[in-house]
Amino acid sequence: MTGTASTREVAGRTLVELGRDHPDLVVLGGDLNKSTFANLFGAAYPDRFFDFGPAEQNIVSIAAGMAASGKVSVVSTFAVFSTARPYDQLRVGVSQSNLNVKMVATHAGIITGEDGMSAHAIEDVALMCALPNMTVIVPADAVETAQVLRVVVERPGPFYVRLSRPATPVIHDNGFAFALGKAERVREGGDATVVACGIMVNTALEAAEALARLRVEVDANAQQGYRAEGLADRIRNEYGVSKSRASLIARQETSNFMANYIEASSRDAGIKKYQWYSARDSRTRPDHLALHGKIFSFDNPPITDTRTGARNNPMQDYRCRCRAKPVIS
Amino acid sequence: MQVIDDGGAIAETSTGRPVRMATPGGTATKDSDMREPMSAQQLTEVARRLRRHIVTMTAMAGSGHPGGSLSAVEIVASLYFRVLRHRPGEPTWPERDRFILSKAHACPVLYGALAESGYFPMTELTTFRKIDSRLQGHAHIKTPGVEMSGGSLGQGLSFGIGTALAARLDGRPTRTYVLLGDGECDEGQVWEAAMSAAHYRLDSLVAVVDRNGIQNDRFTSEVMELEPLPAKWRAFGWHTLEIDGHDISQVLAALDEATETKLKPTAIIAKTVKGRGVSFMENNPDFHGKAPSKEQLAQALEEIG
Ligand SMILES: Cc1ncc(C[n+]2csc(CCOP(=O)(O)OP(=O)(O)O)c2C)c(N)n1
Ligand SMILES: [Mg+2]
Repeated sequence: MTGTASTREVAGRTLVELGRDHPDLVVLGGDLNKSTFANLFGAAYPDRFFDFGPAEQNIVSIAAGMAASGKVSVVSTFAVFSTARPYDQLRVGVSQSNLNVKMVATHAGIITGEDGMSAHAIEDVALMCALPNMTVIVPADAVETAQVLRVVVERPGPFYVRLSRPATPVIHDNGFAFALGKAERVREGGDATVVACGIMVNTALEAAEALARLRVEVDANAQQGYRAEGLADRIRNEYGVSKSRASLIARQETSNFMANYIEASSRDAGIKKYQWYSARDSRTRPDHLALHGKIFSFDNPPITDTRTGARNNPMQDYRCRCRAKPVIS
Repeated sequence: MQVIDDGGAIAETSTGRPVRMATPGGTATKDSDMREPMSAQQLTEVARRLRRHIVTMTAMAGSGHPGGSLSAVEIVASLYFRVLRHRPGEPTWPERDRFILSKAHACPVLYGALAESGYFPMTELTTFRKIDSRLQGHAHIKTPGVEMSGGSLGQGLSFGIGTALAARLDGRPTRTYVLLGDGECDEGQVWEAAMSAAHYRLDSLVAVVDRNGIQNDRFTSEVMELEPLPAKWRAFGWHTLEIDGHDISQVLAALDEATETKLKPTAIIAKTVKGRGVSFMENNPDFHGKAPSKEQLAQALEEIG
C-alpha cells in the first residue's frame, strides 16, 4: 500500500474480513457507524451488528455481557465517547473483569479541530493506560491498523485501539509485520531520538527530514562565511516559525557548527586540548566564567551547568559566546 | 410448567424451553450437578438459612450490607433452587441461565445461595470480606458462580442484555435474570438498558427490582422519587408485574409469567422490606451498609430461627 489511507476506514473493512473467520465476532455501535465504518460490518453481518444509539455506558456493559458469554465484542465509536464517558463501565465491567471487549476508537486526538474542544480526545490514552489488563495500541497507518485489528480480535483480553479520522500517509510497506508490545525503528540516525505513535509517526518522520535539510543549510551557510542573521530569514520562510525562534535556531545551530568545526580542525592538526576563554562581561554565566583560562580536552568537556551537571565544549550551550583556544602541546 | 420424568433429563415445556428435571425421591438427578427444584416449603426453609448466612457473614466481617441482602432472600432462593438451570459443578456451562446481581453490595445473599448450591464450600462463607478471600465485599466475576463484577451501580441490566443477545445469537435456551435495587434505578444507565432491551425484544430477559423503599442514606421517596415506577417500566416497553417479594408463590408465579411472555422483556417490581426477618433491621436505613454487632447477631439469629 502506498499513498494515503484513513485508519478508520481500513478498520471498518478489516472487521468485515475478520467477521468471515470469526463467527463469534460482534460489533456494537453508537449511532456513529457511518463515520467509524462499522456500518460495513453491519451490512455484511446484520445479525452480529448492534446499534444502541449514543448510550456508551450501556454499550460497554452490553459488550462485557456478550464477551462473558463467549463473544468477541468490538465497540466502535469516537475516542472521546469510547473512554471518558463509559470509563466506569470499562473499569469494573471490562478491565477488572478481564473480558474480551475491544474498543476500536476513531477520531482520536485534536484532528477533529473544527468540532471544538469537546471533540478532542487528548486524555484517552492516559485513561486507558491506567486500567489493569487493558492493552493500548495506536497504529501509525492503515497497513498497521489492519494487522493490529487481527491481533486484537484473536488475542484474549481487553484492548483499546486508537484510530484517526483523516487519510494519512502510509509509511509501512507490505512486508511489515506488526509485533505487539515492541517499538519499531522507522528511521536511522544518531543525533536525536524521536518517539512517536499513531499518525504522529509520519509527522515525526517529516520533522526528521526537515531537520536533516536544516543541518545541510546551516553548514553550507556557515562554511560560506555568512552570518546567522541571513539564515534566520530563510528558516523563517521555509519552516514557518516565528522571527525570534528562527533567529534563535540560526544562531544556535551556527554556533554549534562553529564548535564542531573548531573541534574537527583542531583534531586534524593533532590538537586535543583547548583553553576555555569567556567573554567575562555582565552576561557571562557564572558557571562559564569559572572555567575561564582553564585547560580541557575536547574528549572530556567540563561541567558547564552545575545545576544539571551538563558537560559541553564552548559554543555548544545555549547562546554560549565562549571560545575554545587550541592548546598546542 | 415443569415436566417431571424419572430420568431427571432435560425435557421441553409448552413454551419450547428445556427445563430442569426433578428426580422423585430427592436423590441427585442423572445430570449430577442439577439439583431437584425445591418445593415452596423447601424454599421457605432455604430462605431461613440464607438469612442466617447473611447476618452471620456480615457480623463476622464487621462490615457489609445486610439490609438489601435480607430483602432479596425469597427472590434469590426462588431463582437458585427452583427456576435457574445451572450446574454448580460446572459454573461456566454455556447453556446455564444467568443470574446477574446488579446491586452487587447485596452479595451476602448471593454467596449464601452459591454455597448452598455447592459452588464452593459452606465454610468459605466465613472468609467474606477478608483479604485473599474469593468473596469480595462486592460480587466479582472471578468467584465461581458470579456472572458479573458489580459494585458500581447501574451496569447489570446492560450486562444482562449482553448475555441475552449472545444466547439468542447462539440459539441457546439461556434466560437472564437481573436483580436491581430501587435506589439503583436512579442511575441513568438502567434506563438506557431498559430502552434497549425492549427495542431488541429480549423476552429472555427479566429485571427484578427489589423495591424495599430504602437506598444508602434514606428512603427512596426522600432521596429521589421513583413512582410511578411500574408505569415507567411499562412506558419503556416492558411487561411489568408487581408482587410481594417475600411471598414465594407470588415470586414463582411472576417468574413463570415472565417465561411465558413473548417479544417483551419482563420487569418484576417486588415490594419488599429492607432488613426483612430481623426486627431492628426492618425498614431501617441504618442497616443498609452496617453489620450487626455480636449481641445484635445473637438476637438476629434468634429471630430468624
Ligand atoms: C455508581 C454507584 N454510586 C454510588 C454507590 C454507593 N451505593 C452503594 S449501595 C447504594 C444505594 C443502593 O440502593 P438500592 O439500590 O435501593 O439498594 P438496596 O436497597 O437494594 O440495598 C449506593 C448509593 C455505588 N455502589 N455505585
Ligand atoms: Mg433499596
